[in-house]
Amino acid sequence: MTQSLGFGRMVSLLLAFALGIWVSASGLVDSVFTYWEDIVYLTKQHLVLVASSGLAAIAVGLPAGIWLSRPSMERYAETVMQVFNIGTTIPTLAVVALSMTILGIGFPPAFFGLFIASLLPIVRNTYAGLLTVPSHLKEAATGMGMTRRQLLWRVELPNALYVIFSGIRTALAINVGTTPLAFLIGGGGLGELIFTGIDLMDTGMLLAGAIPTAALAVAVDFLMGQAQLHLIPKGVNPLR
Amino acid sequence: MIRLEDLTKIFRTPNGDVVAADRVNMEVPTGEICILLGPSGCGKTTALKMINRLIPPTSGKIYIDGKDTATLDDIELRRNIGYVIQQIGLFPNMTIEENICVVPRLLNWDAKKARDRAAELLDLVGLDARQYLRRFPKELSGGQQQRVGVIRALAADPPVMLMDEPFGAIDPINREIIQDEFLKMQSEMKKTIMFVSHDIDEAVKMGDKVAIFRAGKIEQYASPDRILAHPSNEFVADFVGADRTLKRLRLLTAEEVARSDAPITSRSTKIDDARQVLSAARARIAVVIDSDHRPVGFVTADEMTGASGTVRDLAHPLPATVPVRADLRAVVSEMFAQDTMWLACTDDQGRFAGVISQPDVTAALRATYTRDRRASEKLEAS
Repeated sequence: MTQSLGFGRMVSLLLAFALGIWVSASGLVDSVFTYWEDIVYLTKQHLVLVASSGLAAIAVGLPAGIWLSRPSMERYAETVMQVFNIGTTIPTLAVVALSMTILGIGFPPAFFGLFIASLLPIVRNTYAGLLTVPSHLKEAATGMGMTRRQLLWRVELPNALYVIFSGIRTALAINVGTTPLAFLIGGGGLGELIFTGIDLMDTGMLLAGAIPTAALAVAVDFLMGQAQLHLIPKGVNPLR
Repeated sequence: MIRLEDLTKIFRTPNGDVVAADRVNMEVPTGEICILLGPSGCGKTTALKMINRLIPPTSGKIYIDGKDTATLDDIELRRNIGYVIQQIGLFPNMTIEENICVVPRLLNWDAKKARDRAAELLDLVGLDARQYLRRFPKELSGGQQQRVGVIRALAADPPVMLMDEPFGAIDPINREIIQDEFLKMQSEMKKTIMFVSHDIDEAVKMGDKVAIFRAGKIEQYASPDRILAHPSNEFVADFVGADRTLKRLRLLTAEEVARSDAPITSRSTKIDDARQVLSAARARIAVVIDSDHRPVGFVTADEMTGASGTVRDLAHPLPATVPVRADLRAVVSEMFAQDTMWLACTDDQGRFAGVISQPDVTAALRATYTRDRRASEKLEAS
């Protein structure tokens, strides 16, 4: 087992090494680095978009999901969720384009489009997570004398946390993946290098945008995975 | 003490009203266990849940220790009633300690006091506190979770407990063990307990009183022995089963039936002397005991007739003995297993405590019938 693992690792190392030699020989590395200043500036812009729209989606999505799961909302919640589910089928590019028609160009429509695209999984998972908390847990908690609020904070939310967190992780993955499109409506970000690179057939410029975008997506997902592993209490975390 | 007065619950459904509890009147004295028993859908769980107002009553009153609970706030009321459910309902996100401390925390206990209480309770059910306090529910076996579910309800030492089929989800062997443990705890705690069950054997074992429900009404409310000996109607008789007399075997222990004055002898006794003992006691069999007063064998009068020497020469080994604390069901079972009409009983130290025979057992069952009948005749006469 350890031997075969070692072999696989060696092969992939060799492949990566060969790729590196090929890339540097083709001069691509140098051409990517000529855009270094642009990369730094646009990455910052990109991150601001991701972080602001992501946080806003969490800030709105969590309470919305909680609110929809309350017994008083039972009658309307399913209808609202149906609308949301239809919403998720709209391609993100269309969402971005639609928000431009309302809010014009620049940061606001980009922010709004990304916010909407990442809102849906958060609301959906918060709602579904809270609904799947077994009713006997709620009965036990109520029977022991918890108030509605204590029931929510001490029993329902902790037990739905894993599902809610998965929703946030999905939302951020969508968000990071969609952010390059923000350039198309004047929102800036690394999309500027990618789309301009495509238009000018400039592979170096294209990669200068694409590589950081890809790295960012992998990094965000990795961080969220680690957070999911370590932040969610052991008793309700299937990963532990 | 719990008292229910004309407690009624009507569920309004699209298909018309359903009466789940119909003017239920009953009283559970302080320190007793009352079993609510009946087929599913008979309203026993509804009656229970109205006490802590998980289901609001349609009408009627509930008194706990003489106080009308309608005057209390829902939350306040529930924090002062222990509540155990069949699904156990331990919170998976909390450790065992946090689970036990839920109610103490709701009551704003000092953190250290709550922690100490959790450890004390774990010890009470034989779980090592150091080992289990920090664990999560999923790391415990079903039986262990069930125990924690029970002690969680006891954490704030409520005078009243409501238990909704608390031992329903565990395997029969563990259920027996936990029932015994719980009865032992109850003999010291003296809580006033309402206990829902659908298992007549559990009711006979656990209950001081049993209330049999049908369609929201109490059909009979009496001691287990009385319900088994004198079911008030056809329904109750059917529900407790055709073998109800056999079930009563569990209600008596060998101690109450065994003859402690049965003749005994020792191995070194001369046969003549042993024969004298038997004829004085007008018995056919003597139990042979050793120097520690433990029963080791028996001799019969027939075999001793005309024989000489000591008892040692004629003694037969005993097929089995039963502890004097055992209930009659275990005793009879042992008799059938050994194909014998009688058995020697031993006390906790293994010393001879008497002899129990099949006629003694049947006489005891008959005696409780006649005693009950006489009592009820007297009641009617007065």
